[in-house]
Amino acid sequence: MSSEAHTSAEYIHHHLQNLTYGQLPAGFERHGADGAVEALQQATWTVAHTSEEAKAMGFWALNLDTFFVSLLLGAIFMLVFRSVAKSVVTGTPSGLQNFCEWAIEFIDSSVRGSFSGKNNMVGPLALTIFFWVFTMNLMDLIPIDYIPLLMTSLGVPFFKVVPSTDPNATFGMAIGVFLLVLYYSVKVKGLGGFVGELTLQPFGKWGMPVNLLLEGVNLIAKPISLALRLFGNMYAGEMIFILIALMGGAWAGFSVSGVTLYGSQILLSLGWAIFHILIVTLQAFIFMTLTVVYLDMAHQEHH
Amino acid sequence: MNINATLLAQTIMFALFVWFCMKFVWTPIVAALEARKKQIADGLADAERAKHDLELASKRSAEILREAKEKASDIIANSEKRGSEIVEEAKNQAKVEGDRIIAGAKAEIDQEVFRAKEQLRTQVSAIALAGAGKILGREIDAKAHNDLLDKLVAEI
Repeated sequence: MSSEAHTSAEYIHHHLQNLTYGQLPAGFERHGADGAVEALQQATWTVAHTSEEAKAMGFWALNLDTFFVSLLLGAIFMLVFRSVAKSVVTGTPSGLQNFCEWAIEFIDSSVRGSFSGKNNMVGPLALTIFFWVFTMNLMDLIPIDYIPLLMTSLGVPFFKVVPSTDPNATFGMAIGVFLLVLYYSVKVKGLGGFVGELTLQPFGKWGMPVNLLLEGVNLIAKPISLALRLFGNMYAGEMIFILIALMGGAWAGFSVSGVTLYGSQILLSLGWAIFHILIVTLQAFIFMTLTVVYLDMAHQEHH
Repeated sequence: MNINATLLAQTIMFALFVWFCMKFVWTPIVAALEARKKQIADGLADAERAKHDLELASKRSAEILREAKEKASDIIANSEKRGSEIVEEAKNQAKVEGDRIIAGAKAEIDQEVFRAKEQLRTQVSAIALAGAGKILGREIDAKAHNDLLDKLVAEI
């Protein structure tokens, strides 16, 4: 726990709040740290200090932590792979090139396994998804209090370091994938074919409304399931880290229960972190594979 | 945990990353991988061909060696034969030459003998004349008895 003044609920809240930058409407009452209430004279662009403020900012606000961490991770991934791609040799590879080649061949073979169409974009898409999601998930393994503590000492009120525990990030990617699915559906089958697929099966043309309902749900379920699966897994994992961290917070001097809780916090967070390595990788892989499968479905003609 | 504009930012960022990855990461590395695959396949094929060539070459070299050995033994046999022929020829020649020399020497000896005989014959007639003169005590007129002497010489 970062401070004694926090209750468990505040601690959890603090850890689950994104650093949001947006516009507070005029007349909004800000609660200062000392309890003073200040009503804003006019609409103000600022960083939200409480979750109420973040809510009040509405849609046009940006989660700075999610945005910059995911940008940083994506940039690191791109730079590493780009540096290899620039100096790539066809002879004996070494060091980093080995790793990148291994990664690309791994992705390529799993794409070939589930994607039957011919599309040069699917491989790079899968590679980007896998490593971006993987590195974002990996942030979960940073000890939970380090970054928020550091940021608090720098005067930043919140910092949620795992972008994939922010539904904005997971839905953002899922929407990207969904747009690709729509684009390729229309491109491969034609607009008529795609609409026909949505309305003419499974019950033929007389069951058109029912067909549209079923197929529509089927279509919409793709991005939603993609986004929610990743978000749910990472959010739950994060939550368990928070709960484990709370156990150690019960420390209040040397007592049997205090020492037991403190010790079990160490053991449990170790255990959960090790287990989480699996989840982190698995979720990245699932997101990638499902994307490839959805795109494969978009490329296939139905009868 | 509000849905806000971060959603759009993430979608755009995602699209940019995918584009970048496709253009600058995936394509060159996959091209290099393909090139290496081809290189390795070519290398293996070359090695296979070289092995085959080596086999052929060693077979050929063994054959050449065998031929050379055969030829060499032929040559040796020929030369041995020729050598003995030459020796034989030389022997024959030497014999012929020897015979010729012997024959010459014999002829010369015969000639010498004949000449000595001639000389002896003439001398014998002179000796006979001198002896007869001594015996008769007087000079024999060589001219008067020439025919007699000639008869004597012819008899010897």
